[in-house]
Amino acid sequence: MRVKSKKSGKQVFSRQLDAFFMDIYAIGQFTGRFFKEAFLPPYEWKEIIRQCYMVGYKSLALVSVTSFVTGIVFTKQSRPSLAEFGATSWLPSLVAIAIIRALAPLVTALIAAGKVGSNIGAELGSMRVTEQIEAMEVSAVNPFRYLVVTRVMATTFMLPLLMLYMALIAMMGAYLNVHQNEQTSLVSFFENAFEQISFLDIFSSTFKSLIFGFTIGIVGCYKGYYTTQGTQGVGKAANSAVVISMFLIFIEEIIIVQVVNWFRI
Amino acid sequence: MKKSSNHIDKDNVVVTIRDLYKSFGENHVLRGVDLDIYQGETLVVLGRSGTGKSVLIKIMAGLLKQDTGMMKVLGQEVDKLSVKELDALRLKIGFSFQHSALYDSMTVGENLAFPLQRHNKTLSAAEVNKAVQQVLEAVGLAKAIHQLPAELSGGQRKRIGIARTLIMQPAIMLYDEPTAGLDPITSMDINNLINKVQEQYHTTSVVITHDLTCAKVVGDRIAILLEGQFAHIGAFETVVENTTDPQVQSFYDYNFID
Ligand SMILES: Nc1ncnc2c1ncn2[C@@H]1O[C@H](COP(=O)(O)OP(=O)(O)OP(=O)(O)O)[C@@H](O)[C@H]1O
Ligand SMILES: [Mg+2]
Repeated sequence: MRVKSKKSGKQVFSRQLDAFFMDIYAIGQFTGRFFKEAFLPPYEWKEIIRQCYMVGYKSLALVSVTSFVTGIVFTKQSRPSLAEFGATSWLPSLVAIAIIRALAPLVTALIAAGKVGSNIGAELGSMRVTEQIEAMEVSAVNPFRYLVVTRVMATTFMLPLLMLYMALIAMMGAYLNVHQNEQTSLVSFFENAFEQISFLDIFSSTFKSLIFGFTIGIVGCYKGYYTTQGTQGVGKAANSAVVISMFLIFIEEIIIVQVVNWFRI
Repeated sequence: MKKSSNHIDKDNVVVTIRDLYKSFGENHVLRGVDLDIYQGETLVVLGRSGTGKSVLIKIMAGLLKQDTGMMKVLGQEVDKLSVKELDALRLKIGFSFQHSALYDSMTVGENLAFPLQRHNKTLSAAEVNKAVQQVLEAVGLAKAIHQLPAELSGGQRKRIGIARTLIMQPAIMLYDEPTAGLDPITSMDINNLINKVQEQYHTTSVVITHDLTCAKVVGDRIAILLEGQFAHIGAFETVVENTTDPQVQSFYDYNFID
Protein backbone atom coordinates (compact mmCIF):
# COMPACT_ATOMS: atom_id res chain seq x y z
CA MET A 1 0.00 0.00 0.00
CA ARG A 2 1.21 3.49 -0.63
CA VAL A 3 -0.22 6.93 -0.27
CA LYS A 4 -1.32 8.26 -3.61
CA SER A 5 -2.31 11.83 -4.25
CA LYS A 6 -5.86 11.36 -5.35
CA LYS A 7 -5.86 12.73 -8.88
CA SER A 8 -2.55 11.87 -10.44
CA GLY A 9 -2.00 8.54 -8.65
CA LYS A 10 1.60 9.53 -8.09
CA GLN A 11 3.36 8.49 -4.95
CA VAL A 12 3.90 11.34 -2.55
CA PHE A 13 7.28 10.55 -1.04
CA SER A 14 9.52 7.60 -1.60
CA ARG A 15 7.79 4.27 -1.63
CA GLN A 16 9.09 3.17 1.79
CA LEU A 17 8.20 6.43 3.44
CA ASP A 18 4.69 6.27 2.02
CA ALA A 19 4.26 2.74 3.28
CA PHE A 20 5.47 3.88 6.67
CA PHE A 21 2.92 6.67 6.95
CA MET A 22 0.18 4.35 5.70
CA ASP A 23 1.16 2.02 8.51
CA ILE A 24 0.94 4.77 11.11
CA TYR A 25 -2.50 5.72 9.81
CA ALA A 26 -3.71 2.12 9.83
CA ILE A 27 -2.36 1.64 13.34
CA GLY A 28 -4.56 4.55 14.37
CA GLN A 29 -7.58 2.77 12.96
CA PHE A 30 -6.52 -0.48 14.58
CA THR A 31 -6.36 1.36 17.91
CA GLY A 32 -9.89 2.60 17.33
CA ARG A 33 -11.06 -0.96 16.82
CA PHE A 34 -9.27 -2.00 19.99
CA PHE A 35 -11.24 0.48 22.07
CA LYS A 36 -14.46 -0.61 20.43
CA GLU A 37 -13.89 -4.27 21.23
CA ALA A 38 -11.90 -4.19 24.46
CA PHE A 39 -14.69 -3.25 26.83
CA LEU A 40 -17.40 -5.61 25.65
CA PRO A 41 -17.83 -8.96 27.37
CA PRO A 42 -16.91 -11.79 27.29
CA TYR A 43 -13.55 -10.93 28.85
CA GLU A 44 -10.76 -13.40 28.31
CA TRP A 45 -9.26 -13.16 31.81
CA LYS A 46 -7.44 -16.45 31.64
CA GLU A 47 -5.78 -15.56 28.39
CA ILE A 48 -4.92 -12.04 29.61
CA ILE A 49 -3.18 -13.48 32.65
CA ARG A 50 -1.31 -15.98 30.52
CA GLN A 51 -0.16 -13.19 28.24
CA CYS A 52 0.95 -11.07 31.21
CA TYR A 53 3.01 -13.97 32.37
CA MET A 54 4.54 -14.33 28.90
CA VAL A 55 5.47 -10.63 28.74
CA GLY A 56 7.14 -10.81 32.14
CA TYR A 57 8.82 -14.11 31.44
CA LYS A 58 10.17 -12.96 28.07
CA SER A 59 11.70 -9.72 29.25
CA LEU A 60 12.63 -10.30 32.89
CA ALA A 61 16.16 -11.64 32.41
CA LEU A 62 17.19 -9.01 29.91
CA VAL A 63 15.61 -6.19 31.91
CA SER A 64 17.41 -7.37 35.06
CA VAL A 65 20.83 -7.50 33.49
CA THR A 66 20.45 -4.29 31.52
CA SER A 67 19.15 -2.28 34.46
CA PHE A 68 21.84 -3.48 36.85
CA VAL A 69 24.59 -2.66 34.38
CA THR A 70 22.99 0.68 33.50
CA GLY A 71 22.90 1.61 37.20
CA ILE A 72 26.56 0.83 37.73
CA VAL A 73 27.83 2.37 34.50
CA PHE A 74 25.76 5.52 34.76
CA THR A 75 26.94 6.18 38.31
CA LYS A 76 30.54 5.49 37.43
CA GLN A 77 30.47 7.81 34.44
CA SER A 78 28.76 10.63 36.31
CA ARG A 79 31.15 10.67 39.25
CA PRO A 80 34.12 12.54 37.66
CA SER A 81 32.08 15.55 36.56
CA LEU A 82 30.48 15.85 40.00
CA ALA A 83 33.85 15.33 41.68
CA GLU A 84 35.17 18.39 39.85
CA PHE A 85 32.81 20.52 41.92
CA GLY A 86 33.34 18.40 45.01
CA ALA A 87 29.72 17.38 44.77
CA THR A 88 29.90 13.56 44.76
CA SER A 89 27.37 13.59 47.61
CA TRP A 90 24.78 14.58 45.02
CA LEU A 91 25.43 11.40 43.11
CA PRO A 92 22.53 9.35 44.55
CA SER A 93 19.92 11.97 43.79
CA LEU A 94 21.35 12.67 40.34
CA VAL A 95 21.29 9.01 39.49
CA ALA A 96 17.79 8.59 40.90
CA ILE A 97 16.45 11.43 38.80
CA ALA A 98 18.06 10.12 35.64
CA ILE A 99 16.87 6.57 36.20
CA ILE A 100 13.34 7.22 37.35
CA ARG A 101 12.50 10.11 35.08
CA ALA A 102 14.21 8.99 31.91
CA LEU A 103 16.16 5.76 31.75
CA ALA A 104 13.84 3.22 33.32
CA PRO A 105 10.74 3.90 31.19
CA LEU A 106 12.68 4.26 27.97
CA VAL A 107 15.06 1.34 28.36
CA THR A 108 12.31 -1.01 29.55
CA ALA A 109 10.20 -0.02 26.57
CA LEU A 110 13.01 -0.55 24.10
CA ILE A 111 13.80 -3.96 25.53
CA ALA A 112 10.14 -4.95 25.49
CA ALA A 113 9.73 -3.67 21.93
CA GLY A 114 12.63 -5.89 20.88
CA LYS A 115 11.64 -8.98 22.83
CA VAL A 116 7.88 -8.85 23.22
CA GLY A 117 6.83 -6.73 20.22
CA SER A 118 8.73 -8.84 17.73
CA ASN A 119 7.41 -11.99 19.33
CA ILE A 120 3.80 -10.83 19.08
CA GLY A 121 4.33 -9.82 15.45
CA ALA A 122 5.80 -13.19 14.56
CA GLU A 123 3.25 -15.19 16.53
CA LEU A 124 0.17 -13.52 15.11
CA GLY A 125 1.82 -13.34 11.69
CA SER A 126 2.31 -17.06 11.51
CA MET A 127 -1.22 -17.59 12.78
CA ARG A 128 -2.46 -15.38 9.95
CA VAL A 129 -0.52 -17.02 7.13
CA THR A 130 -1.41 -20.53 8.26
CA GLU A 131 -5.09 -19.56 8.44
CA GLN A 132 -5.33 -20.10 12.20
CA ILE A 133 -6.97 -16.71 12.60
CA GLU A 134 -9.59 -17.60 10.01
CA ALA A 135 -10.09 -20.95 11.70
CA MET A 136 -10.87 -19.09 14.91
CA GLU A 137 -13.28 -16.87 13.04
CA VAL A 138 -15.24 -19.75 11.52
CA SER A 139 -15.52 -21.41 14.88
CA ALA A 140 -17.36 -18.24 15.95
CA VAL A 141 -14.63 -17.03 18.29
CA ASN A 142 -13.73 -13.39 17.76
CA PRO A 143 -9.99 -13.54 17.03
CA PHE A 144 -9.53 -9.82 17.56
CA ARG A 145 -10.78 -10.13 21.09
CA TYR A 146 -9.04 -13.40 21.86
CA LEU A 147 -5.66 -12.59 20.31
CA VAL A 148 -5.30 -8.82 20.05
CA VAL A 149 -7.18 -7.43 23.04
CA THR A 150 -5.54 -9.87 25.45
CA ARG A 151 -2.03 -9.13 24.24
CA VAL A 152 -2.46 -5.37 24.23
CA MET A 153 -3.91 -5.48 27.75
CA ALA A 154 -0.99 -7.60 28.89
CA THR A 155 1.72 -5.30 27.52
CA THR A 156 -0.09 -2.21 28.80
CA PHE A 157 -0.38 -3.63 32.28
CA MET A 158 3.05 -5.25 32.48
CA LEU A 159 5.26 -2.44 31.21
CA PRO A 160 4.75 -0.18 34.29
CA LEU A 161 5.58 -3.14 36.53
CA LEU A 162 8.68 -3.95 34.55
CA MET A 163 9.65 -0.26 34.63
CA LEU A 164 9.38 -0.08 38.42
CA TYR A 165 11.34 -3.29 38.73
CA MET A 166 13.96 -1.94 36.33
CA ALA A 167 14.27 1.29 38.33
CA LEU A 168 14.77 -0.66 41.54
CA ILE A 169 17.46 -2.90 40.10
CA ALA A 170 19.23 0.03 38.46
CA MET A 171 19.26 1.85 41.80
CA MET A 172 20.78 -1.22 43.39
CA GLY A 173 23.50 -1.16 40.75
CA ALA A 174 24.06 2.51 41.45
CA TYR A 175 24.20 1.85 45.18
CA LEU A 176 26.83 -0.83 44.65
CA ASN A 177 29.06 1.63 42.87
CA VAL A 178 28.46 4.45 45.35
CA HIS A 179 29.05 2.11 48.27
CA GLN A 180 32.38 1.00 46.82
CA ASN A 181 33.64 4.55 46.42
CA GLU A 182 31.99 6.58 49.13
CA GLN A 183 31.13 3.90 51.70
CA THR A 184 27.55 5.15 51.94
CA SER A 185 25.06 2.93 53.74
CA LEU A 186 22.03 1.57 51.92
CA VAL A 187 19.60 3.61 54.00
CA SER A 188 21.34 6.91 53.57
CA PHE A 189 21.83 6.20 49.88
CA PHE A 190 18.12 5.77 49.33
CA GLU A 191 17.22 8.66 51.61
CA ASN A 192 19.54 10.81 49.61
CA ALA A 193 18.26 9.45 46.30
CA PHE A 194 14.61 10.02 46.97
CA GLU A 195 15.01 13.56 48.24
CA GLN A 196 14.70 14.85 44.72
CA ILE A 197 12.05 12.42 43.49
CA SER A 198 8.48 13.67 43.58
CA PHE A 199 5.21 11.88 43.18
CA LEU A 200 4.91 13.52 39.78
CA ASP A 201 8.11 11.78 38.65
CA ILE A 202 6.88 8.34 39.58
CA PHE A 203 3.44 9.03 38.24
CA SER A 204 4.65 10.35 34.92
CA SER A 205 7.05 7.44 34.44
CA THR A 206 4.33 4.95 35.22
CA PHE A 207 2.00 6.72 32.83
CA LYS A 208 4.70 6.78 30.15
CA SER A 209 5.27 3.04 30.57
CA LEU A 210 1.56 2.45 30.23
CA ILE A 211 1.57 4.30 26.92
CA PHE A 212 4.72 2.54 25.75
CA GLY A 213 3.28 -0.85 26.66
CA PHE A 214 0.09 -0.07 24.79
CA THR A 215 2.12 1.01 21.77
CA ILE A 216 4.21 -2.15 21.77
CA GLY A 217 1.11 -4.33 22.00
CA ILE A 218 -0.88 -2.48 19.36
CA VAL A 219 1.95 -2.27 16.84
CA GLY A 220 2.99 -5.90 17.29
CA CYS A 221 -0.59 -7.09 16.97
CA TYR A 222 -1.33 -4.86 13.99
CA LYS A 223 1.73 -6.05 12.10
CA GLY A 224 1.05 -9.68 12.90
CA TYR A 225 -2.69 -9.55 12.35
CA TYR A 226 -2.34 -8.18 8.84
CA THR A 227 0.63 -10.20 7.71
CA THR A 228 0.62 -11.10 4.03
CA GLN A 229 3.01 -12.91 1.69
CA GLY A 230 3.31 -16.18 3.52
CA THR A 231 6.20 -17.15 5.75
CA GLN A 232 8.39 -14.39 4.37
CA GLY A 233 5.84 -11.90 5.63
CA VAL A 234 6.14 -13.27 9.17
CA GLY A 235 9.77 -12.18 9.45
CA LYS A 236 8.89 -8.80 8.03
CA ALA A 237 6.03 -8.41 10.48
CA ALA A 238 8.28 -9.14 13.45
CA ASN A 239 10.91 -6.77 12.17
CA SER A 240 8.67 -3.83 11.36
CA ALA A 241 6.81 -4.30 14.65
CA VAL A 242 10.08 -3.45 16.41
CA VAL A 243 11.04 -0.57 14.12
CA ILE A 244 7.65 1.12 14.20
CA SER A 245 7.07 0.73 17.91
CA MET A 246 10.53 2.12 18.72
CA PHE A 247 9.85 5.08 16.47
CA LEU A 248 6.51 5.74 18.15
CA ILE A 249 8.04 5.31 21.60
CA PHE A 250 10.57 8.06 20.88
CA ILE A 251 7.87 10.39 19.61
CA GLU A 252 5.69 9.69 22.64
CA GLU A 253 8.64 10.20 24.97
CA ILE A 254 9.27 13.65 23.51
CA ILE A 255 5.62 14.66 23.78
CA ILE A 256 5.12 13.37 27.30
CA VAL A 257 8.31 15.00 28.59
CA GLN A 258 7.04 18.32 27.24
CA VAL A 259 3.66 17.92 28.85
CA VAL A 260 5.08 16.85 32.20
CA ASN A 261 7.43 19.84 32.23
CA TRP A 262 4.44 22.17 32.04
CA PHE A 263 3.14 20.56 35.21
CA ARG A 264 6.45 20.89 36.99
CA ILE A 265 6.42 24.69 37.01
CA MET B 1 -16.62 -48.24 -1.71
CA LYS B 2 -18.94 -45.66 -3.14
CA LYS B 3 -21.82 -45.12 -0.83
CA SER B 4 -25.46 -45.16 -1.78
CA SER B 5 -27.20 -41.88 -2.49
CA ASN B 6 -30.49 -42.48 -0.73
CA HIS B 7 -29.62 -40.12 2.11
CA ILE B 8 -30.14 -37.06 -0.09
CA ASP B 9 -33.22 -34.94 0.45
CA LYS B 10 -33.75 -33.13 -2.84
CA ASP B 11 -36.63 -31.04 -1.54
CA ASN B 12 -34.43 -29.49 1.07
CA VAL B 13 -31.90 -27.02 -0.31
CA VAL B 14 -29.22 -26.17 2.22
CA VAL B 15 -27.08 -23.82 0.17
CA THR B 16 -28.33 -21.61 -2.64
CA ILE B 17 -25.89 -19.66 -4.77
CA ARG B 18 -27.17 -17.28 -7.44
CA ASP B 19 -25.19 -15.22 -9.92
CA LEU B 20 -22.28 -14.81 -7.53
CA TYR B 21 -19.39 -12.51 -8.48
CA LYS B 22 -16.12 -11.94 -6.68
CA SER B 23 -13.04 -10.08 -7.89
CA PHE B 24 -9.76 -9.11 -6.28
CA GLY B 25 -8.80 -5.94 -8.12
CA GLU B 26 -8.39 -6.91 -11.74
CA ASN B 27 -8.49 -10.59 -10.90
CA HIS B 28 -12.07 -11.63 -11.66
CA VAL B 29 -12.27 -14.91 -9.81
CA LEU B 30 -15.94 -15.88 -9.59
CA ARG B 31 -18.10 -14.77 -12.50
CA GLY B 32 -21.71 -15.74 -12.11
CA VAL B 33 -21.75 -18.89 -9.99
CA ASP B 34 -25.10 -20.69 -9.65
CA LEU B 35 -25.56 -23.74 -7.46
CA ASP B 36 -27.98 -25.58 -5.18
CA ILE B 37 -26.71 -28.00 -2.57
CA TYR B 38 -29.19 -30.49 -1.14
CA GLN B 39 -29.57 -31.71 2.41
CA GLY B 40 -27.39 -34.74 3.02
CA GLU B 41 -25.42 -34.78 -0.20
CA THR B 42 -21.69 -34.59 -0.71
CA LEU B 43 -20.88 -32.16 -3.47
CA VAL B 44 -17.39 -32.23 -4.92
CA VAL B 45 -15.98 -29.07 -6.47
CA LEU B 46 -13.30 -29.71 -9.07
CA GLY B 47 -11.26 -27.03 -10.73
CA ARG B 48 -7.72 -26.02 -11.50
CA SER B 49 -5.54 -24.09 -9.09
CA GLY B 50 -6.58 -20.47 -8.73
CA THR B 51 -10.09 -20.86 -10.13
CA GLY B 52 -11.57 -19.67 -6.85
CA LYS B 53 -12.66 -22.86 -5.11
CA SER B 54 -11.35 -21.77 -1.74
CA VAL B 55 -12.78 -18.31 -2.28
CA LEU B 56 -16.21 -19.85 -2.89
CA ILE B 57 -16.34 -21.75 0.39
CA LYS B 58 -14.85 -18.81 2.27
CA ILE B 59 -17.80 -16.75 1.06
CA MET B 60 -20.05 -19.56 2.28
CA ALA B 61 -18.58 -19.29 5.77
CA GLY B 62 -18.62 -15.50 5.75
CA LEU B 63 -14.82 -15.19 5.71
CA LEU B 64 -15.01 -13.21 2.47
CA LYS B 65 -17.83 -11.14 1.01
CA GLN B 66 -19.05 -11.45 -2.56
CA ASP B 67 -19.20 -8.38 -4.79
CA THR B 68 -22.68 -9.15 -6.11
CA GLY B 69 -25.06 -12.09 -6.16
CA MET B 70 -26.60 -14.23 -3.47
CA MET B 71 -25.13 -16.77 -1.06
CA LYS B 72 -27.81 -18.36 1.07
CA VAL B 73 -26.81 -20.94 3.68
CA LEU B 74 -29.47 -22.69 5.78
CA GLY B 75 -31.99 -20.13 4.60
CA GLN B 76 -29.92 -17.07 5.54
CA GLU B 77 -28.08 -14.69 3.25
CA VAL B 78 -24.59 -14.83 4.69
CA ASP B 79 -23.45 -11.32 3.75
CA LYS B 80 -26.53 -9.71 5.29
CA LEU B 81 -26.17 -11.23 8.76
CA SER B 82 -25.19 -9.32 11.87
CA VAL B 83 -22.11 -10.42 13.77
CA LYS B 84 -24.24 -12.41 16.21
CA GLU B 85 -26.29 -14.11 13.52
CA LEU B 86 -23.17 -14.92 11.54
CA ASP B 87 -21.60 -16.52 14.61
CA ALA B 88 -24.72 -18.59 15.14
CA LEU B 89 -24.57 -19.75 11.53
CA ARG B 90 -20.86 -20.51 11.76
CA LEU B 91 -21.50 -22.88 14.63
CA LYS B 92 -23.44 -25.00 12.15
CA ILE B 93 -20.63 -24.96 9.62
CA GLY B 94 -17.48 -27.04 9.92
CA PHE B 95 -14.55 -25.72 7.92
CA SER B 96 -11.59 -28.00 7.32
CA PHE B 97 -8.76 -25.82 6.00
CA GLN B 98 -6.45 -26.59 3.11
CA HIS B 99 -3.45 -26.61 5.47
CA SER B 100 -5.38 -27.77 8.55
CA ALA B 101 -4.87 -24.48 10.44
CA LEU B 102 -4.43 -26.16 13.83
CA TYR B 103 -3.50 -23.80 16.66
CA ASP B 104 0.27 -24.29 16.98
CA SER B 105 0.48 -23.22 20.59
CA MET B 106 -2.08 -25.75 21.81
CA THR B 107 -1.99 -29.52 22.09
CA VAL B 108 -4.34 -31.63 19.99
CA GLY B 109 -6.69 -31.99 22.95
CA GLU B 110 -6.72 -28.23 23.59
CA ASN B 111 -7.29 -27.57 19.90
CA LEU B 112 -10.42 -29.70 20.02
CA ALA B 113 -11.66 -28.38 23.35
CA PHE B 114 -11.17 -24.74 22.31
CA PRO B 115 -14.39 -24.19 20.30
CA LEU B 116 -16.41 -26.39 22.62
CA GLN B 117 -15.44 -24.64 25.85
CA ARG B 118 -16.01 -21.24 24.33
CA HIS B 119 -19.54 -21.97 23.23
CA ASN B 120 -20.73 -24.22 26.05
CA LYS B 121 -19.52 -22.50 29.18
CA THR B 122 -21.53 -24.80 31.39
CA LEU B 123 -19.77 -28.01 30.34
CA SER B 124 -17.64 -29.65 33.01
CA ALA B 125 -14.05 -30.62 32.33
CA ALA B 126 -15.08 -34.26 32.26
CA GLU B 127 -17.76 -33.64 29.66
CA VAL B 128 -15.35 -31.70 27.46
CA ASN B 129 -12.83 -34.47 27.82
CA LYS B 130 -15.38 -37.06 26.81
CA ALA B 131 -16.38 -35.13 23.71
CA VAL B 132 -12.73 -34.72 22.75
CA GLN B 133 -12.12 -38.44 23.17
CA GLN B 134 -15.16 -39.22 21.09
CA VAL B 135 -14.18 -37.20 18.03
CA LEU B 136 -10.57 -38.31 18.31
CA GLU B 137 -11.77 -41.88 18.15
CA ALA B 138 -14.01 -41.00 15.21
CA VAL B 139 -10.93 -39.86 13.27
CA GLY B 140 -8.80 -42.70 14.62
CA LEU B 141 -6.25 -40.64 16.51
CA ALA B 142 -7.13 -41.14 20.17
CA LYS B 143 -3.46 -41.45 21.09
CA ALA B 144 -2.48 -38.02 19.78
CA ILE B 145 -4.37 -36.08 22.44
CA HIS B 146 -1.31 -34.68 24.22
CA GLN B 147 0.79 -34.05 21.13
CA LEU B 148 1.46 -30.65 19.57
CA PRO B 149 0.40 -30.07 15.96
CA ALA B 150 4.06 -29.70 14.95
CA GLU B 151 4.66 -33.31 15.95
CA LEU B 152 2.00 -34.70 13.62
CA SER B 153 2.22 -35.76 10.00
CA GLY B 154 0.26 -33.96 7.30
CA GLY B 155 -2.41 -36.65 7.17
CA GLN B 156 -2.79 -36.71 10.94
CA ARG B 157 -3.18 -32.96 11.02
CA LYS B 158 -5.88 -33.12 8.38
CA ARG B 159 -7.74 -35.60 10.52
CA ILE B 160 -7.36 -33.49 13.66
CA GLY B 161 -8.58 -30.50 11.67
CA ILE B 162 -11.66 -32.48 10.72
CA ALA B 163 -12.12 -33.64 14.30
CA ARG B 164 -11.98 -30.04 15.54
CA THR B 165 -14.93 -29.17 13.34
CA LEU B 166 -16.84 -32.36 14.15
CA ILE B 167 -16.82 -31.61 17.85
CA MET B 168 -19.35 -28.83 17.25
CA GLN B 169 -21.58 -31.25 15.34
CA PRO B 170 -22.00 -29.08 12.26
CA ALA B 171 -24.83 -29.44 9.77
CA ILE B 172 -22.56 -28.53 6.88
CA MET B 173 -18.96 -29.63 6.41
CA LEU B 174 -16.64 -27.75 4.07
CA TYR B 175 -13.46 -29.61 3.17
CA ASP B 176 -10.75 -27.64 1.39
CA GLU B 177 -8.52 -30.14 -0.43
CA PRO B 178 -8.64 -32.82 2.24
CA THR B 179 -6.26 -35.13 0.41
CA ALA B 180 -3.79 -32.66 -1.09
CA GLY B 181 -0.20 -33.65 -0.50
CA LEU B 182 -1.00 -37.05 0.98
CA ASP B 183 0.02 -40.49 -0.27
CA PRO B 184 -2.70 -42.64 -1.91
CA ILE B 185 -3.29 -44.82 1.14
CA THR B 186 -3.58 -41.92 3.57
CA SER B 187 -5.79 -40.19 1.00
CA MET B 188 -8.06 -43.20 1.00
CA ASP B 189 -8.25 -43.06 4.80
CA ILE B 190 -9.40 -39.46 4.55
CA ASN B 191 -11.95 -40.33 1.85
CA ASN B 192 -13.37 -43.04 4.04
CA LEU B 193 -13.43 -40.65 6.96
CA ILE B 194 -15.41 -38.12 4.92
CA ASN B 195 -17.94 -40.80 4.03
CA LYS B 196 -18.09 -42.02 7.61
CA VAL B 197 -18.69 -38.49 8.90
CA GLN B 198 -21.46 -38.09 6.37
CA GLU B 199 -23.16 -41.26 7.53
CA GLN B 200 -22.61 -40.78 11.23
CA TYR B 201 -23.39 -37.08 11.54
CA HIS B 202 -25.78 -36.73 8.55
CA THR B 203 -23.97 -33.68 7.32
CA THR B 204 -24.22 -31.94 4.01
CA SER B 205 -20.70 -31.70 2.65
CA VAL B 206 -18.76 -29.69 0.12
CA VAL B 207 -15.42 -31.21 -0.82
CA ILE B 208 -12.90 -29.22 -2.83
CA THR B 209 -10.29 -31.35 -4.48
CA HIS B 210 -7.99 -31.97 -7.43
CA ASP B 211 -7.93 -35.62 -6.62
CA LEU B 212 -10.25 -37.53 -8.94
CA THR B 213 -10.18 -40.66 -6.83
CA CYS B 214 -11.41 -38.63 -3.90
CA ALA B 215 -14.06 -37.04 -6.10
CA LYS B 216 -15.27 -40.43 -7.27
CA VAL B 217 -15.32 -42.03 -3.83
CA VAL B 218 -16.99 -39.30 -1.80
CA GLY B 219 -18.99 -37.31 -4.33
CA ASP B 220 -22.71 -37.67 -4.94
CA ARG B 221 -22.44 -34.89 -7.48
CA ILE B 222 -19.46 -33.25 -9.09
CA ALA B 223 -19.41 -29.55 -9.93
CA ILE B 224 -16.66 -28.35 -12.23
CA LEU B 225 -15.49 -24.77 -11.87
CA LEU B 226 -14.19 -23.37 -15.16
CA GLU B 227 -13.47 -19.71 -15.76
CA GLY B 228 -15.42 -18.47 -12.79
CA GLN B 229 -18.58 -20.53 -13.33
CA PHE B 230 -19.82 -24.04 -12.81
CA ALA B 231 -19.55 -25.43 -16.32
CA HIS B 232 -20.79 -28.92 -15.50
CA ILE B 233 -22.70 -30.40 -12.59
CA GLY B 234 -23.66 -34.05 -12.34
CA ALA B 235 -22.58 -37.56 -11.48
CA PHE B 236 -18.89 -38.43 -11.74
CA GLU B 237 -19.52 -40.79 -14.64
CA THR B 238 -21.21 -38.14 -16.76
CA VAL B 239 -19.29 -34.98 -16.04
CA VAL B 240 -15.81 -36.44 -15.66
CA GLU B 241 -15.37 -39.93 -17.06
CA ASN B 242 -17.50 -39.53 -20.18
CA THR B 243 -17.05 -35.84 -20.64
CA THR B 244 -16.95 -34.20 -24.05
CA ASP B 245 -15.48 -30.96 -22.76
CA PRO B 246 -11.81 -30.89 -23.82
CA GLN B 247 -10.78 -28.87 -20.74
CA VAL B 248 -12.25 -31.44 -18.39
CA GLN B 249 -10.81 -34.23 -20.50
CA SER B 250 -7.27 -32.90 -20.17
CA PHE B 251 -7.78 -32.47 -16.43
CA TYR B 252 -8.91 -36.08 -16.27
CA ASP B 253 -6.03 -37.38 -18.40
CA TYR B 254 -3.34 -35.57 -16.46
CA ASN B 255 -4.73 -36.79 -13.18
CA PHE B 256 -4.04 -40.36 -14.12
CA ILE B 257 -0.69 -39.84 -15.84
CA ASP B 258 1.22 -38.72 -12.74
N1 LIG C 1 -7.66 -12.64 0.16
C1 LIG C 1 -7.31 -12.56 -1.14
N2 LIG C 1 -6.82 -11.41 -1.65
C2 LIG C 1 -6.48 -11.30 -2.95
N3 LIG C 1 -6.57 -12.29 -3.83
C3 LIG C 1 -7.05 -13.47 -3.40
C4 LIG C 1 -7.44 -13.67 -2.03
N4 LIG C 1 -7.87 -14.93 -1.88
C5 LIG C 1 -7.76 -15.50 -3.10
N5 LIG C 1 -7.28 -14.63 -4.01
C6 LIG C 1 -7.07 -14.89 -5.42
O1 LIG C 1 -8.20 -15.54 -5.93
C7 LIG C 1 -7.83 -16.54 -6.83
C8 LIG C 1 -8.49 -17.84 -6.43
O2 LIG C 1 -7.95 -18.27 -5.20
P1 LIG C 1 -8.38 -19.61 -4.50
O3 LIG C 1 -7.54 -19.75 -3.27
O4 LIG C 1 -9.84 -19.64 -4.34
O5 LIG C 1 -7.96 -20.71 -5.56
P2 LIG C 1 -8.23 -22.26 -5.48
O6 LIG C 1 -9.17 -22.58 -6.56
O7 LIG C 1 -8.61 -22.63 -4.11
O8 LIG C 1 -6.79 -22.82 -5.84
P3 LIG C 1 -5.98 -24.03 -5.17
O9 LIG C 1 -6.49 -25.24 -5.78
O10 LIG C 1 -4.57 -23.75 -5.56
O11 LIG C 1 -6.19 -23.95 -3.70
C9 LIG C 1 -6.33 -16.60 -6.85
O12 LIG C 1 -5.88 -15.97 -8.02
C10 LIG C 1 -5.91 -15.84 -5.63
O13 LIG C 1 -4.73 -15.13 -5.91
MG1 LIG D 1 -7.67 -23.51 -2.47
